[in-house]
Amino acid sequence: MTQEQVQLIKNNPKYQKLVSTRSKFAWTLTIIMLVVYYAFILFIAFSPETLGTKISPDAMATWGIPIGIAIIVFAFAMTGVYVRRANGEFDGLLNDLKIDIEKEMN
Amino acid sequence: MLGRILSLFMIASITVAFAAGADLGAGTKAEELNVPAIVMFFIFVAATLGITYWASKRTKSANDFYTAGGGITGTQNGTAIAGDYMSAASFLGITGMVYLKGYDGLIFSIGFLVGWPIILFMISEQLRNLGKYTFADVTAYRLKQKPVRILAALGSISVVILYLIAQMVGAGKLIEILFGLDYEFAVVLVGILMILYVAFGGMLATTWVQIIKAVLLLAGTTFMSIMVMAKFGFSFDALFTQATEIHSKGVEIMSPGGLVSDPISAISLGIALMFGTAGLPHILMRFFTVADAKEARKSVFVATGLIGYFYVLTFIMGFGAIVLVLGDPAGTYLAADGVTLKGMNNMAAVWLAHAVGGDYFLGFISAVAFATILAVVSGLTLAGASAISHDLYANAFAKDKVDEKKEMNVSKMATIAIGIAAIFFGIAFEKQNIAFVVALAFTIAASANFPVLFMSIFWKKLTTRGAVLGGYVGLISALVLVILGPVVWTQILGNAEAIVPYKFPAVFSVPMAFIAIWFFSITDSSEDAKRCQEEFDAQDIRCQTGIGSDGAVAH
Repeated sequence: MTQEQVQLIKNNPKYQKLVSTRSKFAWTLTIIMLVVYYAFILFIAFSPETLGTKISPDAMATWGIPIGIAIIVFAFAMTGVYVRRANGEFDGLLNDLKIDIEKEMN
Repeated sequence: MLGRILSLFMIASITVAFAAGADLGAGTKAEELNVPAIVMFFIFVAATLGITYWASKRTKSANDFYTAGGGITGTQNGTAIAGDYMSAASFLGITGMVYLKGYDGLIFSIGFLVGWPIILFMISEQLRNLGKYTFADVTAYRLKQKPVRILAALGSISVVILYLIAQMVGAGKLIEILFGLDYEFAVVLVGILMILYVAFGGMLATTWVQIIKAVLLLAGTTFMSIMVMAKFGFSFDALFTQATEIHSKGVEIMSPGGLVSDPISAISLGIALMFGTAGLPHILMRFFTVADAKEARKSVFVATGLIGYFYVLTFIMGFGAIVLVLGDPAGTYLAADGVTLKGMNNMAAVWLAHAVGGDYFLGFISAVAFATILAVVSGLTLAGASAISHDLYANAFAKDKVDEKKEMNVSKMATIAIGIAAIFFGIAFEKQNIAFVVALAFTIAASANFPVLFMSIFWKKLTTRGAVLGGYVGLISALVLVILGPVVWTQILGNAEAIVPYKFPAVFSVPMAFIAIWFFSITDSSEDAKRCQEEFDAQDIRCQTGIGSDGAVAH
């Protein structure tokens, strides 16, 4: 890529929109995932007995088990959310951008 | 030529196996020969060798060898990634850990899984858009090739060797039990088989073995979990209640406990597992086998779903093993001491298969577990060999004198060297819990590979000096802290007191790497630093859009 092409693409509003919406979205999801996971880890680190609390007095299962499994399901759901938006909206923007660039370079 | 070698090898290995069987018949070994298991085992070996033969016909260029020509679909690749990830360490190790420690096993599963969304949001598309064969292609994109490649190769090789150890231990134990062969001999056998797979089949064989094995493993573990739950009327509470009655730790197995007893270790393990995934060379390499960013995304989605489902199953299987294997009234599965399992605690899943499905199902699961190991060690070895041939040889040392043929020869020699190293370490680490050894591999991946990869994608101000010094800080601090820690220093080297009291040092080594990368970059005012920063925009455009990366696909 030449320096001119770089500038051309960088100045294209579609490129700017793609990059800013996508990175905002990716970072938001990342932070949510980190918060969920490290909240779990901090419970293990500082208050393991909380996760060891029984769900009900006569049950053997502890809260840690549904919470743990919920985190696994949540992680999967998050990948679904991202892929859905990326395959639709972001790829759409990207295709528009590519058409623009093709035109401008010819 | 290859066909002859493979069939010779088949004959040789069958002879060895049956010779060992005859030996067993003479009553010199404790284990009985399990005929259904051996039959299934050879069907798998034959099938995988068949795939290798088929793949070897289609593996002509370096691109075929490293990335299967880039023609794998997202769903296929996702299944193969799941296959890479559902390794012997996951299947045998995590089930064994749940069996041994209860809830703590689930902590590992969760940590192993939550790295995936992060990889999807931050790494996978970028990797596909920027790289070609190894993740070092990305870090060396705008930085100076030689030092960055050497660093990435050292990081890759360290991770690969550790991860291989875990797989070798699992394989050795499994064959030991199935055939009654000596552990050492079993490890050597696996090493030789794996060298054959990789040297001849390349990435195409590795991918298809992974896909087939992932499907079989998921089917087998689903069946096992359903059988376990059926014995308890599909009531988790009934399963848990019986498990706590049988397990020596009682109700403690229902909550977090012994494994991560102090806060620092818990946080550290969390960091290692989450970011380690994003630094595993054999996983990162898989993103170069698909055509574009869209397929890369789909890969992660499929992989995360399959892996998550699998981990829920390992939890059920671990608890099932407590009741049905440990609690077996006849004590069928216990060693002479009446406490440990035959073949150590890593075998909980295998014995559970026997408890719920008899000899034939044991045979099936053992064979699948063995196929798992072979497939994963192939992927690992391929990643290690690529680091040596593509990064060290072709791009760092012999830059101008390389042709594809030479590069592929180097990767085959590297395959043999890695195989021998894996055999040697596999024997030395015999008694370790394999999930733990994997956690060490993750620590190094998180400390040495991930920070450099991440910063080279996202940080404009990164310079060669920052990446290289920071990467070494991460790699060396992780290695030193692990060596001085309780497992290596005390358990393996036999010293009295560990110098570093933490098993998992990622909480120290990962930030150290990031800080070093930052510090040595911002204080770098060389010409090269300026160039690295100027070239960021072009890299970023390709990274964000994939424009210019199509060349990696059109072969």
